[in-house]
Formats: sequence, C-alpha cells, structure tokens
Amino acid sequence: MEKHELMKLKLLSANIRLDVMKMLVHCGYGHLGGSLSIVELLSVLYGKHLRYDATNPNDDNRDMVVISKGHSGPAWYATLANVGFFDKEMLMTLNEGGTNLPSHPDRTKTPGVDMTTGSLGQGTSVAAGIALAMKRLNQNRYVYLIVGDGELNEGQCWEAFQFIANYKLNNCIVIIDENKRQLDGYTIDVINPFDIKKKMEAFGFYTIKVKGDDEEAISKAIDECKQVNNSAVSIVLDTIKGQGITYFENLIDNHSVKFNNQENIDAANEAIAKLEKFVKESLKNV
Amino acid sequence: MYKLVDDRNKIGAAMNLTVVKTLQQAMNEDEMVVALEADLGGASGFSKIKSSHPQQFVECGIAEANMMGVAAGMSMLGYKPFVHTFSPFVVRRAFDQVYLSGGYAKNTINIYGSDPGYTSAHNGGTHTTFEDIAIMRTLPDAVIVDACDDVQIAWVVKEFLKLKGIHYLRANRKAVRKVYTDDSRFKLGKGNVLKTGNDILIIAAGELVSDALDAAEMLQEKGISVEVIDMFTIKPLDEELIKNEVKGKKAVITFENASVYGGLGSAVNDVLVNCPQRVKVKNIGIRDLYGQVGSVDYLKKTFHLTAADVVEETIKLLNRE
Ligand SMILES: Cc1ncc(C[n+]2csc(CCOP(=O)(O)OP(=O)(O)O)c2C)c(N)n1
Repeated sequence: MEKHELMKLKLLSANIRLDVMKMLVHCGYGHLGGSLSIVELLSVLYGKHLRYDATNPNDDNRDMVVISKGHSGPAWYATLANVGFFDKEMLMTLNEGGTNLPSHPDRTKTPGVDMTTGSLGQGTSVAAGIALAMKRLNQNRYVYLIVGDGELNEGQCWEAFQFIANYKLNNCIVIIDENKRQLDGYTIDVINPFDIKKKMEAFGFYTIKVKGDDEEAISKAIDECKQVNNSAVSIVLDTIKGQGITYFENLIDNHSVKFNNQENIDAANEAIAKLEKFVKESLKNV
Repeated sequence: MYKLVDDRNKIGAAMNLTVVKTLQQAMNEDEMVVALEADLGGASGFSKIKSSHPQQFVECGIAEANMMGVAAGMSMLGYKPFVHTFSPFVVRRAFDQVYLSGGYAKNTINIYGSDPGYTSAHNGGTHTTFEDIAIMRTLPDAVIVDACDDVQIAWVVKEFLKLKGIHYLRANRKAVRKVYTDDSRFKLGKGNVLKTGNDILIIAAGELVSDALDAAEMLQEKGISVEVIDMFTIKPLDEELIKNEVKGKKAVITFENASVYGGLGSAVNDVLVNCPQRVKVKNIGIRDLYGQVGSVDYLKKTFHLTAADVVEETIKLLNRE
C-alpha cells in the first residue's frame, strides 16, 4: 500500500475512534470495547474496499455491510458520518428518544445501515441470504459480514457458515473480530472457543488471520479473499477489546462503559485530546 | 398475607440482585438449585453466584437455546435450574426448546426473563419484548409472573423452586418502587386487592402496579372510586377474583407493560366475556408497535403507559356511550 493511502486510512481510523469516544461520552455510557476493536476494519472497508455512494445509500450497485455484533453500532455510525452518509451532529443523538441512531443498528432508520441487528447471531444468516441473492441475480457485489468472537457461541452462526460454505458464497466476506472478550469476560473463561481459524477451516472456509489494528494487513487480507473463487472466505481479526486507547483496553469490564466516574471521563477526554492532535497533524500530511 | 408500604415512592432493592440473593440463599439450603447464564452475568448479577456458588453455576455462553435444553436435561437428574437471559431471548430465541425440551417433555425450567417491555430502555427496539406474555401463555401449564417489586420477586423465586414445570418470571433488572412491606406473602395464582373502590376496577401487573395506584389516587381526587388488583400471576389467572370484583363496577381497565394481544388484557377479557354482568373494558398496553430506544420515562410516555394515561383512558371510557 502506498504511504499516502495508508496515511489516509490511519486518519480515518483516528477520526472514527475520536467520534466513537465523543458519542459515548456525550451519551454517558455505551458499548465501547467492541466498537473500538473494529475501528481499523471499518476504516479499511469504507476508506478503500467498499463500493458505495454516500449520497445514495440505497444504490443498487453498492456493496453491503452487516454488523452482526449489533452492539457495535456506535462504531458504524461514526464511520458513516465520517464518510458523508449524514452530518456529525446526528452522532450526538445516540440513544435519545426519537433518535435515528439507536444503540443497535436499524436499517429502517439510519442511512448506510444495511441490516438491523442486536440479537447476536442473526446477522450471519441474513448476510448469507444477501450473498446468495447477489449470486443468483448475477450481481458482482460483495457483502461484508462482521461477527464477534463471543457471538460465535450462537449456534446460528455455524448454521450460517455451513450454508455459506456449502454454496461457496465467496462474495460474502466473513470477518470475525477476535478481541478475546465477550460480556462476562474472556471468551476462554466464558466458554472455550478453541481455535477459531481452525474451526472456520474445518467448516470449509479459506481463512486468513491478521492483526486487527493494522490497516495495511486488513486491506491485503480482503484483497486475498477476493482472489478466492472456489470456496467461502473468512478473515479472523486479532484485535483488542477497547483497541487503541490503553486505559480502556486495560479496563476489566470494558464491554459497556459508563462515564459516570471521573477516572473514565478523564481517560476518555485524554484520548479525545490525543486523537484530535493526531488528526490535526495528519491533515497537514495528507 | 400482604401489606402495602406507607411510602410508595420508596425504591426497593435492585430486582436482579434480589433474584441473585434469593437464589444464593436457596443454594445454601439445597445443593440441587443451579443457576444458568448466557453471558449476561454482569447484567443480571448472576456473576455473583458464579463466585459464591461455583458448583451451582453453569455458564452457557451466548447460546440461549442451548441453555434451555441444558436446563431441561439437568432437571431430569433432579436439579432445580434457574436460568436468566433478557426476555426477548427467552421467548423469541429459545421458545422451541422451552416448549419441547421443557414443557412437552415434562421437565423443569425456571426462567428469569429480564427487562421486558419498555424496561429494555437503552438497548432499544431489538431488545424490546412486548410479546412474551402472549407467547408463554400458549405453553400448557406454564406459570407466568410479572413481579411488581423486590419483596414480591424474592417470594416468587423461592416459590418457583418448589415446583416442577415451566415458570417464567418477567421483571426489570433495576430497582423499582416498593409496593409491599417486607413481611408480605403471596399465593401463586391469586391476585391481590391493593385498594378497594366502587366505580372502576384496574387490573395491573408488574411494576405498572405502582402507576395504577397513582392513577387510582388521581381518579379519587376527581371523585371516581377505584379498586386496584395486582394480578402478578398472569397464568394461571385468578378468574374467581375477577368475577367477584367486577360485580357492581362500571368499567374494567387492564394495564400492562406488554402487548394486549394475548397479554394480561386478553386474559382478563376472556374471563369477562363469561361474566353475566356487562361492563365497559379498556385494555391499556401495546398494540401493533415495535419497541424503540430511549429512557424509561420517554418510552412510558411514548407508549402511553403512565398513570396520567390511565386517568385519561378511564374518563374517556366512563363517558363512552
Ligand atoms: C442473542 C443475544 N444474546 C445476548 C445478547 C447480549 N449481549 C450483547 S453483546 C454480548 C457479548 C458479545 O460478545 P462479542 O460477540 O465478543 O462482542 P464484542 O466483544 O466484540 O463486543 C452479549 C452477551 C444479545 N445481544 N443477543
């Protein structure tokens, strides 16, 4: 990847992370950990790979995104605002009565949100259906399915994966956010996930594992998936829950964070200031 | 017997932690009591059971259907399972398992489905459950309770553990206003007359019982005399009580944080059609609406589930030809 392009993606990642933090602090609470772990992924998708028209969210030629771990809605909203689907002011309405940005994504409310999710597991089957329909209609489009590692506890995920592999839906790029934590703690302590990459391979997926905070590696993995034409494809992202902000990475319970204590507020404000500085400096170079 | 608290604005202990505490006490006395969770231990407080009674705790991961089946299986060997997940995942995600592995196979599953109706608040429409009562009512012999305060929920948990079968408890996780004094005792399947009155009968369940009592006071000020029943057991329903108390009333109001289609409203209507006395009825609850995100106050207003709504509907009903 050219240096300039990478810089642009890193700038977008910083902006997304910045807006996630601003939203959650303004709201007073929110699903922080799982939102931050997919920031770089969303940056690579919306900054490089995804085909979309922000002025025409329902464009028939667009690639589609299903974030099955719906509680990461804030990261999606921050991304969509940054690439022009709607104004950033709207981000401050998160979870307010009457908002178009509910905690869990709603395709009937938010421009750019392709599928409603929130009940873990369900997005996987819908993405499978979208991919199958695209193939049957001879449409050259992709659907990107983002799944949580905790979410993989749901049997429905494996029903969907079996389906995707059976139909060789290589236009459905399955991306697993392996941040190694779920709601009640580490995945290994809640219910042993074993080796996710090996499980995907056993299910018939061509699978790549990359660092989830590395835009270039993510981008390369997506390119590689697009070269595969005879099987289902998946990417296991090695991420950190709360990624990119050390304080929140280390916070024991960082699934849903409340900003009702000074420590959390200070840490968030410090992160916001740092990110703002980074954005300002990068803008000079991009 | 039950008694009402003097100060109805007093907030009780958190509902979820009351369930946890009651289960822990039961576990101290009976090693066959087990708690099952689906990665919501932080939300339900069941993580505390994991620490205090590790041998009586089963973490199932985010796999609610599996959890119901596991609970059913454990009950076959004598365990007394109490499972928790959010109410939508009980009835929408795992109902087939509750139905067949549980009910039809004559196994036991005690279920705490938390945050029903508007109490899903900031989790929004995807997590909002208005249909749970309707769905669970179709399960033969299931027991359904909508608990109104911490005293009642503690009593219900203890009572469920004595019984075999499918028992569904729906309630907020958060603390709610107190209705009953700490020494109050109840009877499953028996409604409680909380306030007597001559003109109107309000039948409510769950935390809206407090709002029903508010509404009764507001109506009283307008010269309308109101009786209030806490119908915390929605199934089996206390049909006798309804038949007796409707006598001489001008109107019946049902009031629930759930869909009236198949909910408390429908259940009460089923009894009223068989009463010799004709009476005006208004079912206050949800009709043809999905949930949405917002604060509890916002949602109660939006869904017309406040005491003021009850007052307004009552007056409208009385003026209706
Ligand atoms: C069917 C279902 N069960 C339970 C929940 C509650 N819940 C929301 S997020 C979560 C943990 C998710 O863990 P993971 O998929 O690893 O997400 P991440 O760590 O990336 O935030 C749980 C249990 C839910 N939303 N849906």
